[in-house]
Amino acid sequence: MKRIKNSRELEKFRKALLKQESGGKTTVAICTGTGCQAYGCQEVVWVFGDVVRKHKLGKKVEILTTGCHGFCEKGVIVVLHPQEIFYQRVQVKDVEEIVSATILRGEVIERLLYQDPKTGKRIRKKKDIPFYQKQNRLIFGNNGLINPTRIEDYIRIGGYSALAKALNGMEPEEVINEIKRSGLRGRGGGGFPAWKKWETCRKAHGDIKYVICNADEGDPGAYMDRSLLEGNPHSILEGMLIGAYAIGVSEGYIYVRREYPLAIQNVEAAIAQAKKFGLLGRNILGTDFSFDIKISIGGGAFVCGESTALMSSIEGKRGEPRAKYIHTVEKGLWNRPSNLNNVETWANVPLIINKGAKWYSRIGTEGSKGTKIFSLVGKIQNTGLVEVPMGITLREIIFDIGGGIPDGKKFKAVQTGGPSGGCLPESLLDLQVDFDQLNEVGSMMGSGGMIVMDETTCMVDIAKYFLNFLLDESCGMCFPCREGLDQLLTIVTAITEGKGKLEDLQLLQEIGEMMRDASLCALGRTAPNPLISTMRYFQDEYEAHILKKKCPAGVCKALIQYQIRKTKCTGCAACAKLCPEKAISGKKDQPHEIDPAKCIKCGICKDTCQYGAIQVI
Amino acid sequence: MKKAEVDKIINSYGADRSQVIAIMNEVQDEERYLPEETLKHIAQRLKLPLAQLYSISTFYRVFSLVPKGKHQCTVCMGTACHVRGAERVLSELERVLKVKAGETTKDKQFSLDTVNCVGACALGPIVIMDGEYHGQVTAAKARNVLKKPEAK
Ligand SMILES: Cc1cc2nc3c(=O)[nH]c(=O)nc-3n(C[C@H](O)[C@H](O)[C@H](O)COP(=O)(O)O)c2cc1C
Ligand code: FES
Repeated sequence: MKRIKNSRELEKFRKALLKQESGGKTTVAICTGTGCQAYGCQEVVWVFGDVVRKHKLGKKVEILTTGCHGFCEKGVIVVLHPQEIFYQRVQVKDVEEIVSATILRGEVIERLLYQDPKTGKRIRKKKDIPFYQKQNRLIFGNNGLINPTRIEDYIRIGGYSALAKALNGMEPEEVINEIKRSGLRGRGGGGFPAWKKWETCRKAHGDIKYVICNADEGDPGAYMDRSLLEGNPHSILEGMLIGAYAIGVSEGYIYVRREYPLAIQNVEAAIAQAKKFGLLGRNILGTDFSFDIKISIGGGAFVCGESTALMSSIEGKRGEPRAKYIHTVEKGLWNRPSNLNNVETWANVPLIINKGAKWYSRIGTEGSKGTKIFSLVGKIQNTGLVEVPMGITLREIIFDIGGGIPDGKKFKAVQTGGPSGGCLPESLLDLQVDFDQLNEVGSMMGSGGMIVMDETTCMVDIAKYFLNFLLDESCGMCFPCREGLDQLLTIVTAITEGKGKLEDLQLLQEIGEMMRDASLCALGRTAPNPLISTMRYFQDEYEAHILKKKCPAGVCKALIQYQIRKTKCTGCAACAKLCPEKAISGKKDQPHEIDPAKCIKCGICKDTCQYGAIQVI
Repeated sequence: MKKAEVDKIINSYGADRSQVIAIMNEVQDEERYLPEETLKHIAQRLKLPLAQLYSISTFYRVFSLVPKGKHQCTVCMGTACHVRGAERVLSELERVLKVKAGETTKDKQFSLDTVNCVGACALGPIVIMDGEYHGQVTAAKARNVLKKPEAK
């Protein structure tokens, strides 16, 4: 393929691609996102290739390796088009049958269909599965339709048409205005209006400016940005192109974390293809707009997601933040005006330009427009990535889409906003999810991690977990964050060991407030949030640890004991064999016992017992 | 790593100082740690103070200044894995290998490290053994993850 010279050629090319598209062909879309990779999708892809060749179906069947479909709980996911049959938990051994039964004879394989646990019914089409029904997959839905390593696929489904529209019919100011009217707010955490940053950066003094995509995704438990980069990298490039045009920029960076090798690979490939097609580089689509993108790879530091730290890292330095007396839109990367947006923010841009601000702003709430992708994980039936309109309630996300809590356990809390966010209790389940509502209750939207916790999660332990994480990740430059976190962690650890005092709670609160007021960057300023929110909504758990020296959830090692229920133990000795400390004894076929003096509370016995005889008290 | 190989990496980035982290990343990938000699060489070539390279190596989690074991065992400590019991999996691995997270066994066979979310939360707790993902690992099953390489 040669360079696409102008918008007309782009349209012609798209039409040609659509014409080529599958007349009478079956497309087998196989998810190859990182989640499904862990289930072994790569082998499934190879075997599909072999089987298709064996049946000499090369002309009738096309294998499409796609990015993440979102329903990671049920990987490997295989969707057949145009029949729209959705197969889940597909393994290598199922492939032959899918080809010979479904593709050749048109028979649906019941056991591979999703089964609704509520009704027991098998569901055939993706769109009828409850997990997908309440979603509005505007941004993420395309993942299932394209091979992310083929620019032609993206162009076929309308890719780069928003860029063409912007370059050919809109002044840069008009683009910014359109974004303004759409109400798009940054998806990276703060929810700052995108247009405001763009406009300030446009007006800032300087010949050289930058646009940057934040793909550091440091929130542990969140992976939507990665799935977008992996599954639809061109949509992010297109967003950045439009942004660059609007702001008046010719250089861009994508800052990706190193833990995402597949995302890096796919973005690199996408950039190379876009260059070849003339969609990046000089005189894009025959206009005088030129733009290029480089990738910068992080070294695994959470704070590098913060704007000033990120820029310092791109410059090849330690990722230490600086105080933002002067904003990065004025002086950022190499002291030049720089506009940073999150992956998902950029991915929204082509959609807004294509469909118009008016259409876009109808989705969502008064203050938060559009959709948001959440990574719904933890103690939840349907783990995965979900894209929902702003304003949906937590209950709908967790119970309707997520299918509730597994193993008949009880919901306890949901954590949003990652290490800067908070834990929300059951009483707030009817909260409408948007930027402002979440802030109001002491959490935040963050980048979109949503970690569900059940009755076996200890909220004091969760606070300790986040403090540990943050202390580890604090860059250590400013005193309030460095020492504050250290003190908070010391006190909370003492509480989890049964050494806490009631006065500690007041002290924690005070240190937290000090950090909020005095820390240098938002890492320190928001660091107390997980702690403070758990103290606010789960005070009883703190009191149980302090006053009763008990961990009600059975997590904190110093406060629990493993015990064998005599009535349930069959004396099979499976646990005794595995116990590393030989702490379990008993006669064959007789109830066994744990010697508390020897027990190191590793929990292996509980994991092993088939009869549920081991309890934590 | 031979000097010529390091030079090749440096040249592939046009000996651009701002790419020092990327260069160090590649050395780390290759050697699994950053040998002192190599750091000195990079510093010289890029005309950067060695102290800056040292400060970068100690700041970013991926860099190691000491050699790593033959096998790499990484336990995900992301929030999703944590609520599903990653802590107990890590304790068990620490106990079996007789090292703490971040350390390497005496016989240089295993390095045990942690990572914060690898994006396979649906399968948590996750342990990555030499690049291979193991999902739904429990404390009881943790030992099995190590088995294969041990036998080799
Ligand atoms: C400690 C810290 C970590 C952050 N991590 C991320 C991140 O991983 N990804 C991200 O997009 N934004 C992150 N942010 C927010 C960025 O600083 C910045 O606000 C955002 O990338 C701007 O893009 P947006 O306006 O499109 O949201 C982080 C902020 C802080 C303080
Ligand atoms: S938290 Fe472990 S993979 Fe995401």
